[in-house]
Amino acid sequence: MEYNNRVLLVGNEAAVYGALLAGCDSYFGYPITPASEVAQEAALLFPRLKRVFIQAESEIGAINMVIGASAMGKRAMTASSGLGISLKQEGVSYLAMYELPAVIADITRSGPGLGNIGPEQSDYFQLTKGGGHGGYHCPVFAPDSAQEMCDMTYAAFDIAEKYRTPVYIMADGVIGQIMETVTLPEPRPPRKDSPWSIAGKREDDGTPNYFTTLYLEHSELEQIRLRLEAKYKEIEKNEQRSVAYKLDDAELVLCAFGVSARVALRAVDVLRSQGVKAGLLRPQTVWPFPKDALRGTLKTAKAFLSVEMNCGQMIDDVKLAIDCSRPVHLVSRCSGNIPSVAEIVARAQEVMKEVTK
Amino acid sequence: MSKKFRVDIAFDQCKGCGRCVIACPKKILKLGEKLNVQGYPAAYQAADGCIGCGGCFYQCPEPGAVTVLEIVED
Amino acid sequence: MSKEIVKFGKSPVFFDSFTRRPGPVKTNMHYCPGCGHGILHKLLAEAIADRGIQEKVMLVAPVGCAVMAYYYFNCGCISVPHGRAPAVGTGIARVAPDKMVISYQGDGDLAAIGFNEFIQAANRGEKMSVFFVNNSNYGMTGGQMAPTTLPGQKTTTTPYGRNVEVDGYPMKVCELLNSLDVPVYIERCALTSTANIQKARKSIGKALDNLRDRKGFSFVELLCACPINLRKSAADMNKFIDEEMTKYYPLGCFRDRSAESESKPLPPPPIHDPETVRSLLYPKKLDIGVAHTFRNESKLFDRELRLKMAGFGGQGILSLGIMLANMAKLRNFNVSWLPSYGPEQRGGSANCSVIVSRNKIGSPIIDSSCDLLIAISQTALDKFKDEVVPGSVLIYDSSTMTLPPLPEGVIICGVNASEIALKLGNAKCANSVLLGALAAVLKKNNILEGGDKADFDKVFNEAVFESFSSKPEVIELNRLAFVEGEKAVNA
Repeated sequence: MEYNNRVLLVGNEAAVYGALLAGCDSYFGYPITPASEVAQEAALLFPRLKRVFIQAESEIGAINMVIGASAMGKRAMTASSGLGISLKQEGVSYLAMYELPAVIADITRSGPGLGNIGPEQSDYFQLTKGGGHGGYHCPVFAPDSAQEMCDMTYAAFDIAEKYRTPVYIMADGVIGQIMETVTLPEPRPPRKDSPWSIAGKREDDGTPNYFTTLYLEHSELEQIRLRLEAKYKEIEKNEQRSVAYKLDDAELVLCAFGVSARVALRAVDVLRSQGVKAGLLRPQTVWPFPKDALRGTLKTAKAFLSVEMNCGQMIDDVKLAIDCSRPVHLVSRCSGNIPSVAEIVARAQEVMKEVTK
Repeated sequence: MSKKFRVDIAFDQCKGCGRCVIACPKKILKLGEKLNVQGYPAAYQAADGCIGCGGCFYQCPEPGAVTVLEIVED
Repeated sequence: MSKEIVKFGKSPVFFDSFTRRPGPVKTNMHYCPGCGHGILHKLLAEAIADRGIQEKVMLVAPVGCAVMAYYYFNCGCISVPHGRAPAVGTGIARVAPDKMVISYQGDGDLAAIGFNEFIQAANRGEKMSVFFVNNSNYGMTGGQMAPTTLPGQKTTTTPYGRNVEVDGYPMKVCELLNSLDVPVYIERCALTSTANIQKARKSIGKALDNLRDRKGFSFVELLCACPINLRKSAADMNKFIDEEMTKYYPLGCFRDRSAESESKPLPPPPIHDPETVRSLLYPKKLDIGVAHTFRNESKLFDRELRLKMAGFGGQGILSLGIMLANMAKLRNFNVSWLPSYGPEQRGGSANCSVIVSRNKIGSPIIDSSCDLLIAISQTALDKFKDEVVPGSVLIYDSSTMTLPPLPEGVIICGVNASEIALKLGNAKCANSVLLGALAAVLKKNNILEGGDKADFDKVFNEAVFESFSSKPEVIELNRLAFVEGEKAVNA
């Protein structure tokens, strides 16, 4: 039988395809706009492959089911939006400490509080700086299309397993809702349960048969924390991902992810047509932040412009990456509004005027 | 011939809660006057007459503190 | 010579030495003298050993005094967030159905912070057995009020005694659970007298039998001693439980459907074989579309095309956009389709933006000029009229709408799509009437050139076929509607 691997999918659906093709065994979800299509598509497709789908009683229930599945060495996923992710953070902190892999999609909406269901990128701090209690990091992918929703979810399972860590997919509501042509990746061959699974093992085998996050002796806990920190350093070294656009001679470097990066890319073309040497760095991972790539622009860059859909969060990481060695400005809209090409261009022109004065 | 039993209480594992003492149907267990390494007055079998009912074993919250043994003559 | 045989002794399910426990003491558990947890641990260990299920058991430990259960039990163990044991247990039981999940929980863990996880897992009939330690207070944190604390009982957070006007009444978990349809076995026992402990031993055994035999959700509540926090001797502790606690928490079996419940079979194994996965997930290749080298010849397609559809929710405006996106996909274009979502999604107006391009699509949002606007409500047309510029095509439903002033050079086409659709017997095919009208306009104005004129009709038919391949009557209706739309414009 011949199959078609080029399909039209909504971003949220594409994430489910990415998960299934990556061999995800289980999905535990709870409805929330604008992430509900992830749960809906999972409810449709996981049972088709005799895999596990459960609509949990709450966001908290869902993330704890993920803990259970992951402890058995299976691939597990959940998804939500901002406020639901807040509820899940306790479980994510435990996952980080258990060193159990998991994939969590955050289809971000506006906040704080209920905010509205329009797209925003204001979960940036929450996801990149730990989010829950106790001090940990999770890799965070930032897709800008339905294709990347699929590809990054697919890749996230491998990263999660390689480093034994929860991994986030952070997509603003537009990327979750947009329908685009997606080329599906190949299904992963069957995998064995992860070696750390507590499934069916007893201490007599020499393999630990338990998971805990409790270490009452201070020195023992410190050793574990230092091991985690070393792992985070390793991830920062190895897993920075970004896409450069017209950066070779860029004097003004725009930095944007998600849907605002697609607007910013058009703004770069407009600026170039107006004689401004602009370029765009689009982080595909926002933790680890692509510091190396951003630093690479310093040989020509005179100023930076962080394009965001919040009141300015990533801008801190931009400043840190370049040690505040150039002026870093912000152009942003929030609460469901998306910065337009015209707004970005206008702000960029102001910045360049300032710089060349 | 009736079976013979005895209760073996690991001196240093007993926490001296006294549950076995009040539960023993033959009232042959007592709390000692000497404290063990953990600082508890360990219980002990103070008289013969154990019937091997196991009540003390199930009353004891410690996994290995109480062992009930059957004495078998060869 | 005589020898001694162990009649009652340490269970082999416990570790010989508790090496996971920090500090010098490796033979004892961490529990206080006289604690009910220790008694329950021993009963559980014995029941696991008796059934030979040590390899299969996954013990989920709570937050509370039993948080360190994994120091002692030599079986699969996980210590989990406060109150979440039944949720973690659900994850385990669902992905590893051959395992046997024991959720071990205290009264704060189960009846306060984790009641939802508990009652929902019970209501799903998870294959797990829950052992619930009710000792009328929070032990680990130093004797605070629990949901199970008795009226008038003094704790560190009810220094004047539990005031039912302020704190409510003791929570009767067995009774609450018994209102659900699905649990198989519910019993309340007390770990006090030897006779009561022996009853509890049988109950625990039954709950583990049900677990082993995949009967469903079993629940055993155990009224337990907490002599240190309650400042009672062993004898007074038993008396408190037997005389005071049992007034609120009567002992006994609330439900036992163990015998009549059938063992549920293991679910089928998950499918991971790539060929089977492909056959179940990828769409079948239909005999439509074009070679991947095909390019439409009209100059129109050399640039990014920005198409907007707008109307009321429920008019099918979003599906109209998807149909156009599908048509473009079938001709090797990249497409993006973005619905308006926001408050609008829940009734009222609806619109979507479709972008068609041979290159990677930039911004998927249309907020200025568009190449095509299909508007089928007056509100929608009034809202988006400013995006219509010279050279744009505007299609609107002339049966219900009036035209606002528009710039010169807009190619305007009114078609009474809803009337035509109704005549064809189904209002839902108005979309296809509009697409037929679009085809006519694009051909008449030579926006489509050469072979692309005929190809537009062809690709519409292909897209309809792909979308409704299992419903031939729907395909036929939409094809007819398209032809009618085209005719209406040409008339």
